[in-house]
Amino acid sequence: MNQLDFPILSLMMGLPMLAAIICLFLNAQAARLLALATTLVLFVLGVVLWANYDIGGPQWQYVERAELFGNFAWALGIDGISMMLIMLTVFLMPICIGASWEAIQERVGEYMAAFLFMEVLMIGVFAAQDIFLFYILFEAGLIPMYLIIGIWGGANRIYASYKFFLYTLLGSVVMLIAMLWMVQEAGTADIPTLLNYDFDPSAQTWLWLAFFASFAVKMPMWPVHTWLPDAHVQAPTAGSVILAGVLLKMGGYGFLRFSIPMFPEASEQFIWLVFALSMVAVVYTSLVALVQQDMKKLIAYSSVAHMAIVTLGLFAFNRQGIEGAIIVMLSHGLVSGALFLCVGVIYDRLHTREIDRYGGLSINMPKYAILFMLFTMASIGLPGTSGFVGEFLSLVGLYKVNSWVTLVATTGIILGAGYMLYLYRRVAFGELVHDDVKEMPDLSAREMALLAPIAAAVFWMGVYPESFMAPIRGDVGALVARIDRAAPEGDAHLKMGDPKAAKTQEHKAGEAH
Amino acid sequence: MDLATSLWLVSPELLLTVASLFLLLLAAWGGEKSARLITILSAASLFGATFLLMILAHLPEFKDGAYAFDGLYRMDNFGSAAKFLIYLAAIIALMIAPRYFKDAGKYSPEYPVLVLFAAVGMGIMVSATDMMTLYIGLELNSLSAYVLASFLRTDERSSEAGLKYFVLGALASGMLLFGISLVYGFAGSTNFAVIGETLTGDLATGPLIGLVLVLSGLAFKISAVPFHMWTPDVYEGAPTPVTTFFASAPKVAAIAMTTRVIIDAFGGQTEAWQQIIVFVALASIILGAVAAIGQQNIKRLLAYSSINNVGFMLIGLAAGTAQGVSAMMFYLLIYTVMTLGSFICVMEMRDKDGKPLETLSSLAGMSQTRPGLAAAFAVFMFSLAGIPPLFGFWGKFLVFDAAVAAGMLPLAVIGIAASVIGAFYYIKVIKIIYFDEPSNEIAATGHKTENGLIVVLALIVSPLGYLAIPSIAPIANAAAAALF
Repeated sequence: MNQLDFPILSLMMGLPMLAAIICLFLNAQAARLLALATTLVLFVLGVVLWANYDIGGPQWQYVERAELFGNFAWALGIDGISMMLIMLTVFLMPICIGASWEAIQERVGEYMAAFLFMEVLMIGVFAAQDIFLFYILFEAGLIPMYLIIGIWGGANRIYASYKFFLYTLLGSVVMLIAMLWMVQEAGTADIPTLLNYDFDPSAQTWLWLAFFASFAVKMPMWPVHTWLPDAHVQAPTAGSVILAGVLLKMGGYGFLRFSIPMFPEASEQFIWLVFALSMVAVVYTSLVALVQQDMKKLIAYSSVAHMAIVTLGLFAFNRQGIEGAIIVMLSHGLVSGALFLCVGVIYDRLHTREIDRYGGLSINMPKYAILFMLFTMASIGLPGTSGFVGEFLSLVGLYKVNSWVTLVATTGIILGAGYMLYLYRRVAFGELVHDDVKEMPDLSAREMALLAPIAAAVFWMGVYPESFMAPIRGDVGALVARIDRAAPEGDAHLKMGDPKAAKTQEHKAGEAH
Repeated sequence: MDLATSLWLVSPELLLTVASLFLLLLAAWGGEKSARLITILSAASLFGATFLLMILAHLPEFKDGAYAFDGLYRMDNFGSAAKFLIYLAAIIALMIAPRYFKDAGKYSPEYPVLVLFAAVGMGIMVSATDMMTLYIGLELNSLSAYVLASFLRTDERSSEAGLKYFVLGALASGMLLFGISLVYGFAGSTNFAVIGETLTGDLATGPLIGLVLVLSGLAFKISAVPFHMWTPDVYEGAPTPVTTFFASAPKVAAIAMTTRVIIDAFGGQTEAWQQIIVFVALASIILGAVAAIGQQNIKRLLAYSSINNVGFMLIGLAAGTAQGVSAMMFYLLIYTVMTLGSFICVMEMRDKDGKPLETLSSLAGMSQTRPGLAAAFAVFMFSLAGIPPLFGFWGKFLVFDAAVAAGMLPLAVIGIAASVIGAFYYIKVIKIIYFDEPSNEIAATGHKTENGLIVVLALIVSPLGYLAIPSIAPIANAAAAALF
């Protein structure tokens, strides 16, 4: 069956499901403990998964397959990319539970059940090898997230939960029709088989657009990103962490797993669209982030900008770009999660996210200020942190394809430094002017325990990214080989101003439109 | 075909007819006291009829179906599957009624008898292969339904619902009859098979108008747009157990009957009816979704939800293939379970004195006072909205799969996009239950029978339902195959 001789992926989905059901019937403290224990066990299982992953072995490992009915199967299996995203999920989940330890006091059992159910779905999405199983798990995530935002969210939670639900649902439903068509055309719902099925290029256009509608909303790309700031601001801290940390990655994973390898010609054809939207996102949402008064909103907009770097890297069609995009996804998962936790820490003390209400925190909360500084720097992409590795690789990959787009995308890094440092200055530096801020205690042991592991991971990924890149190398290689036939020719080799070359490149180069 | 075989083929209906006549006499003599006994006997006879259905369906000599009474009636897998659902829904409608009517005043024994009469009518509807049998079955069901709608005769809304239903139902029957007469005039027969053989090639204006009128009459019975306007009023006004019944069994019967008419009698005229069904399907989906948004009464809201769901089922029919009909049958099963479940949840909405509550606002914060009921309600709502992993998704999945296989991509895309509009009001109900402050209007304890039924139905709709797919799918396929 696999290298461990037992269905570890099914176990990783079954265990939290069981715990979620039990949580519904437990009192608050017992539910907290059970949820923490379950997520920690899953983290250990994740480590087992990683430790036994055979780098350079078969593309799909830990494969499980049980035929259910029709052409529908309980098919699980992971490649390196899926494994890293599953690792991200199981790493962040215990931290989410810890972050909710004191902040959530009402209906704790249901809350923990929702989070554990969410974990089942996230692991399932990354491990599914049946396209309909993927869809079911992908869509099912709406239910717990809707409840998490709606029940435990902030003042304007109802509006945010509606917007989140309907936006993402509308994006996804058309994808289902496209999947139905694909499965009927190819005669199988098996994702590894579909990955190598060549759809007719004219059909690819429509299929690509249908998938794009879903993943662009999930990602989220400009201009369909507007649900994200609302959802983030209203969600409880742990909800924001999981939303930014893992759920947004489903969009990127979708591009990586479906759009690009299944429809290479269409992907090439729509590079201009992706590049144009991403360029707007990088510049525009960074500028929007610069003027935010609400800390969570600021980080939410910065997420949109970072995700635009991911799409740019993915659609560079080369190894550096794609590997960089994956590292940005992992890094952003850690860093934005940590930043939301940092906001949560001070929100728990003062119950406001207004930036102006803080100031001078480095005086009375030095530990907090150091960790916040670290994550701020990682978000900016300072060398030595995880952010640098991913962004650098993505931009290198992108530069091979289009210098002008790279130029615009790089401004995002500068603007990113602008809004993050500005945020940090207003929160941590300056004088302690507010009396209530003066009385805020520094990080508790629990909060340290939440932030320290992320800080360690951020450094690890920044200093020795090889640990994270080795498992994905082979899979990115397979992907690049698959899409090579449609890869756009880079503009770097061309002499600028040569009319002949310019003409053939016109529809491929983003800046022409 | 001798008389004995014919009688044997209609034995489920015969059993129900004899039982209902006998119970009617018992009710006349026994009076109110016998209500409980009659309800039990009615349920028993429905079980008996279900048992006979199973025997008939498993007899090797009737494996491919058989005509009774010289082609007036046909026993086949399609009819049996539909009848199975109808009888089951009728049994549930009997189980939930006594408590409601007792709380409302008195429980008269005519209720179970009328349900039995309606069940006979519905059985004939789904098995009819002749316009005349169809009409007789339809009227038997409708007349029982009119009385049931106004069963609480001292209640103004109930009487109004009955009257409205009767007047509009009579209008629809008139249209249907006029359509039948036109079709008969041009085809020379009322038999589906003969109509199908005679009306070939391009339809002349006469039979085309006949077809349109027949479809209009049928659309009224399945409450599809633009003949849906009676549904919200009747669903709201009728006593809740009766509404539960209306939303399940007669809907199954009407849709199955419509399918048989379209495939058997007008199977050769696909272009003629397909565009009508496509329009009706999309109009039902969109109107059912949009009009529900402003509703404050939960029964009205569920009425629009049923219009919306009928639209999705018609997508399967619009595909016009065996796969489409099979998908529709499967959807019909899931819909019946979901709708029964949600209406029984509505029955549980009572204040401390046992008075029924119907406004959405009385549901506010129910998750804190009645967590189990709230969870079940949420499961039914998410399922009706077609959100995976709940079972309602599978029905939508199948009908859209069939539509895509039949090459009707625009229909599938518009239909599924419109389902998002519908999702809005379902999640609005969930928002009221889960996010709002408790209004504490709903009594803290439930009724045993209702709770039990809700648990069973919610478990079927939950992801556990997927386990049943391998055993249900062959039945749905066999039912569809019987028509082609």
